[in-house]
Amino acid sequence: MDLSYTETQDMLRDTLAKFLADTYDFETRKKMLASPEGRDPGIWRALSAELGLTSAPFAEEHGGMGGGAIENMIMMEELGKVIAIEPWLQTVVIGGGALKAAGGALADATIPAIIAGDAIIAFAYAEPTGRYNLADLTTTAKADGSGYVLNGHKASVYAAPWATHLLVTARTGGSQRERAGVELFLIDAKSPGITRRDYPTVDGFRASEVYFENVAIPGEALLSGGIDLIERVVDEANVAICAEGTGIARTMVAHTVEYTKQRKQFGQPIGKFQVLQHRMSDMFCEAEQIASMALMGTLKLDLPADQRKAAVSLAKAKVARSLRITGQHAIQTHGGIGITMELAIGHYFKRASMIEGQFGNADHHLERYEALTLPA
Amino acid sequence: MDLEFSPEEIAFRDEVRTFIAENYPAQLRGKQDEGDELTKEDFLSWHRVLHKKGWVAPAWPVEYGGTGWSVTQRFIFSEETARADCIRLMPFGLTMVGPVIYTFGTPEQKAKFLPRILSGEDWWCQGYSEPGAGSDLANLRTRAVRDGDHYVINGQKTWTTMAQHADWGFFLCRTDPDAKAQEGISFILVDMKTPGIEVRPIITLGGEHEVNEVFLEDVRVPVENRVFEENKGWTCAKFLLAHERVGIAGVASSKRGVERIKEIAQTELDGEKSLLANPFFRRKVAELEMDLTALEFTELRVLAGEAAGKGPGPESSLLKIKGSEIQQRLTELTLEMAGHYGAPYFRGFGEGDNEHGIGPAWANRAAPVYFNTRKTTIYGGSNEIQRGIIAKMVLGL
Repeated sequence: MDLSYTETQDMLRDTLAKFLADTYDFETRKKMLASPEGRDPGIWRALSAELGLTSAPFAEEHGGMGGGAIENMIMMEELGKVIAIEPWLQTVVIGGGALKAAGGALADATIPAIIAGDAIIAFAYAEPTGRYNLADLTTTAKADGSGYVLNGHKASVYAAPWATHLLVTARTGGSQRERAGVELFLIDAKSPGITRRDYPTVDGFRASEVYFENVAIPGEALLSGGIDLIERVVDEANVAICAEGTGIARTMVAHTVEYTKQRKQFGQPIGKFQVLQHRMSDMFCEAEQIASMALMGTLKLDLPADQRKAAVSLAKAKVARSLRITGQHAIQTHGGIGITMELAIGHYFKRASMIEGQFGNADHHLERYEALTLPA
Repeated sequence: MDLEFSPEEIAFRDEVRTFIAENYPAQLRGKQDEGDELTKEDFLSWHRVLHKKGWVAPAWPVEYGGTGWSVTQRFIFSEETARADCIRLMPFGLTMVGPVIYTFGTPEQKAKFLPRILSGEDWWCQGYSEPGAGSDLANLRTRAVRDGDHYVINGQKTWTTMAQHADWGFFLCRTDPDAKAQEGISFILVDMKTPGIEVRPIITLGGEHEVNEVFLEDVRVPVENRVFEENKGWTCAKFLLAHERVGIAGVASSKRGVERIKEIAQTELDGEKSLLANPFFRRKVAELEMDLTALEFTELRVLAGEAAGKGPGPESSLLKIKGSEIQQRLTELTLEMAGHYGAPYFRGFGEGDNEHGIGPAWANRAAPVYFNTRKTTIYGGSNEIQRGIIAKMVLGL
């Protein structure tokens, strides 16, 4: 057992942290969000083609640095610190993760494009009525000659307006909630028959409702692995947003502490009041437990499927709970200014609140954990 | 980074496992799980076995009798002892005064006391709290007045755990009454057989005699028994408290506690199904495992930091807060499981006090242990004090 980072990992963290410190201050982020595209494509170019950071979790044969989940954790934590709205989770962690696991010609072609910054992937898995059940799908992929025809409606697809590719879950057979028949496809986002309704999300991203109407896709678009592969990819995504939560929670603690040192009431900085000190100590404890659970989940991703799922569910449930406590305490401690758009703290709180429910909330994951580990 | 044990670490784990199986005293088996009260001889019998093997003080430096184990080995050792339901050793010598002596003591003090702590020959108690100095420990009033080459100590200590068995005690005494609260205190080792010491029992809610009041009247102690400089005892006290907070998390034994609850809840009936199938009870078990896992990995991160040369800092307050809360939740669930059989009280009948037989054995001590365990968020610096430490030392408030 060894819980230390390698020098390369430390260097990666430093490189990304320094880049974000120079380029991603709160005011700049605000401008990106307000721009027509909702982001600055130059940032993505810098992260990928210029700094080579997108190569971190990929194998050397694809032009990567040979890293994996720990590198994803490091990157997501740093991105969380500035509440970055880059499509890293969708492109590198989810799209890249699915391709790494499935392998084959599609991986050989697409991973180098991710590394180079040319491919941006959005994950179209959620449906209007499916909640958190990944197999609760009405979107269909009907076999048609050597390919498939897609029909359906995907909900709240983060990064879809920016995407070159869509990673889509769809049914090739079986009934609505059946595990068998669920498959994963990587398709061209510009395929005829795809329409989008784009919108901003409350946490600063851009997303879409995506409609598929008789979208013809080639047979090679299928990433073999079915629901097992999808669950693995979503588990990886979940620990990645847990790590993002680490960066967010620690920053919320730091901002809150700083604010209470400046803000004066009753003739003194409010940070001198014990009731607020204890609340901030609780926030610190929650933030550190988030870091611990992000690490735990990350280190258990390669266990056999049931153990992996149990570990990830435990991590996500705790992170969801702890983010809620940290975020709500942060706003309460800031007082009125905390519920305005003016300070960064509210924007951290918004992203934290979306992480809670993304890929399953605390209730969902406690239930999955119980089903896997506690005999009835 | 890797959670897997290396082949060497697995071999070490097997060695520990085998050693426990072959050497754990037979008369102690089951006592930890049942929450039985332990006698002095109970504590010492396991202590002596570990001392003979050289494993009694894993965290000590090798030169003073430590094992030289890596952080992972220490983790494995505590996992294995908890897993095998071993009783916990008394911490007052091994994890409290021992480290203070090898860190701050004179060569003579090290030579005199450390071997006897390791062997279990000396039973230690902790003279910190006083009636007027609980959370505000620095307000202590017990006075040590210099008289030639002796200190004469007068005062009263309280909550002194297991002082009824103690050969020695480490006492915080005020040596300069005019200095600011924390600056006039000295750390003094006192032979408990010295004339003028009286130990009176305090009986806690479960009926146990675990803690005591200690009265000191004109107790004469040689000056050479003072550790570190005069009036600098607070340095030792703080050092000790930071060390105490790490061990206090009790991760390994809480893990064993959860397993035990799951085993019992699976066989206890609640209607036609097991208690573990009850969705409300089940959720509480899952939440407990969740929080315990968060604590475990927080401790692993602290230990990894320690291995990289960072001592246990104020972050260890987090371990104390969360660890103590989890210990309490375990006892709550056990009492909930006991149902009707939480009520019988097996004490005070004279002959056959410890005789079980009413209700399931695991339920006999459920309520007393629940009552007793309210102490964990109070002792070692109450959890409110820990929050204050985090606010001040970590957050800089």
